[in-house]
Amino acid sequence: MGNKVLMKGNEAVAEAAIRSGCRLYFAYPITPQSELIEYMAKMMPKVKGTFLQAESEVAAINMVYGAAGMGKRVMTSSSSPGISLKMEGISYLAGARLPAVIINVQRGGPGLGDIQPAQGDYFQATKGGGHGDYRLIVLAPSSVQEFADMASDSFDLADKYRVPVMILSDGLLGQMMEPVEFKEYKTDKEIEELGKQHYDWCIHTNEDGKGHHHNEINSLEIDPNVLERHVLNLEQIYKEIEKNEVKHEEYNINDNNEFVCVAFGTAARIVKSAIDDLNAEGRNIGLIRPITVWPYPYKEIAKTIHGNVKRVFVFELNLGQMVEDVKLAVNGKVPVEFMGKVGGLVFTPEEIKEKIKAYL
Amino acid sequence: MAIIAKRPDSLREVSFTYCPGCMHGVAHRLIAETVDELGLKNQMTGVAPVGCSVFAYKFFDFDMAQAAHGRAPAVATGMKRARPEMNVFTYQGDGDLAAIGTAEIVHAANRGEHISVFFVNNAIYGMTGGQMAPTTLPGMKTTTSPYGRDANDIGYPVRVCELLNTLEAPYYIERVSLLSVPEIIKAKKAVQKALTYNKEGRGFTFIEFVSTCPTNWGLDPVKSQQWAKENMIPFFKPGVFRDKGTEGGQK
Ligand SMILES: Cc1ncc(C[n+]2csc(CCOP(=O)(O)OP(=O)(O)O)c2C)c(N)n1
Ligand code: SF4
Ligand SMILES: [Mg+2]
Repeated sequence: MGNKVLMKGNEAVAEAAIRSGCRLYFAYPITPQSELIEYMAKMMPKVKGTFLQAESEVAAINMVYGAAGMGKRVMTSSSSPGISLKMEGISYLAGARLPAVIINVQRGGPGLGDIQPAQGDYFQATKGGGHGDYRLIVLAPSSVQEFADMASDSFDLADKYRVPVMILSDGLLGQMMEPVEFKEYKTDKEIEELGKQHYDWCIHTNEDGKGHHHNEINSLEIDPNVLERHVLNLEQIYKEIEKNEVKHEEYNINDNNEFVCVAFGTAARIVKSAIDDLNAEGRNIGLIRPITVWPYPYKEIAKTIHGNVKRVFVFELNLGQMVEDVKLAVNGKVPVEFMGKVGGLVFTPEEIKEKIKAYL
Repeated sequence: MAIIAKRPDSLREVSFTYCPGCMHGVAHRLIAETVDELGLKNQMTGVAPVGCSVFAYKFFDFDMAQAAHGRAPAVATGMKRARPEMNVFTYQGDGDLAAIGTAEIVHAANRGEHISVFFVNNAIYGMTGGQMAPTTLPGMKTTTSPYGRDANDIGYPVRVCELLNTLEAPYYIERVSLLSVPEIIKAKKAVQKALTYNKEGRGFTFIEFVSTCPTNWGLDPVKSQQWAKENMIPFFKPGVFRDKGTEGGQK
């Protein structure tokens, strides 16, 4: 602790994952996340962990499924096109209630798109992507430090609820260098203890002297009544998560805000500098930055819409995805304006200021 | 009273979901008996596929996983890497392994993953009701090749053992059949070898069982076996393709 190092987001999150006790990592190369897989290739052998470059993202996520089924902390990472390939496996992870961490360093889409930062995978991450009724906990970092911190948070959340967790980052955060401070490495003993918390359901040998067990890692329930119970049980877990785990940041949110902006991740960084300028000119504009994009801070956004707020602005690096959730939160109380940027381009603070000024 | 035959310890008291005359049950039994004999039950685990044997995770009396269609070798890779102290196998059908899961099996074999793969080739998609498989024979009628498989249009059946035998890493590859009692006894020996190598941590081991699907072939079990002997065996020739455990390594 206490030592700040300058690092790319991709490397920082990898280092933080190793420190959090991740000793298994499976992935396939793709820009702009390649520094992450390369960092893991370099560092995993040094902590006697497993680094494996899979033959595809499909294989990688299924390796994650296998390792998670053994009750071990395991991670994969990719960028948008590769995340699409992982969707089958993510649905299976959710169905089989397996804790695992998936990192998406988003790039421009659809299709092969480009390799520049984007937020076009918001729907995929927060509304499904894979088949069936399931949710991922989705964390959206906005700085290299936060990206790194989310590594340990996501493993803790995954273990706590036995659900897969996604970190929804983008090419800018992945590539950008910022000072970052790391937590201590978990010791081998601590890592072993973490694994043992899963012994009542995970695959492990029958040699622990606790009597014979037959644990099943499985998402199949052929009897509709049993599947119904299983899915309703998932729903209960998701409700718990919604109750306990919503996280957001308020930036200059106060009782006199005339406008409230909502943005996440990289977009939120740019919005901050734009509203700093406007507030220096005498405006009073606040920003809500969802840190968890699922569960979503609906109530927290709704609370900021008081009598003085005339309008809400949503800025995203896509054609308008999170704005749908903002509209649900605002519930028609004031107009919600949207500005997006696509193609892997990032808006400037000037563009944001112009958009807001048009409503002054 | 002396017990001369009983359920292997490694099979749970759960009824099989297989049709009468199906060979999945035979293959399960060979694996379970061998696990018992090798004293592996406490550290054994396996992966069930998607196919008629999807419920294999319920049948074996140790911890089991169930994988997405074709992905069992990748799942087993993650399992073995996470707990190398355990012995891991996959159990897969021909659609699962040789169509949708081709990439996963080839690369698991190519890495020489320390797992055993049991591959049940019945030349058809049993579970989904008899569609064409990558191993369906030329001319063979299925619900999706109603005029018979036209090899000029859709290609010839995939010979998986031969394909995997082009790779350096696999330790042991053998094709056996389950079409008669003597063949089943031979198959048992192959399973014993595969799981012994697995126990000894030698590397990737692969057994293909030439098998039948009476239900979807529309033949009774006896006629199915006859049909398979006459039609499958000439195309899928049993034999040891690779055995690095013997003198000289290859047959
Ligand atoms: C992604 C996906 N595609 C298709 C299916 C439907 N499906 C289930 S089993 C199966 C074929 C299984 O055939 P095989 O592997 O030969 O096993 P068998 O039933 O013959 O033992 C198919 C296509 C599925 N479950 N998942
Ligand atoms: S459909 Fe064929 S493979 Fe499936 S259980 Fe019946 S006989 Fe066996
Ligand atoms: Mg089949």
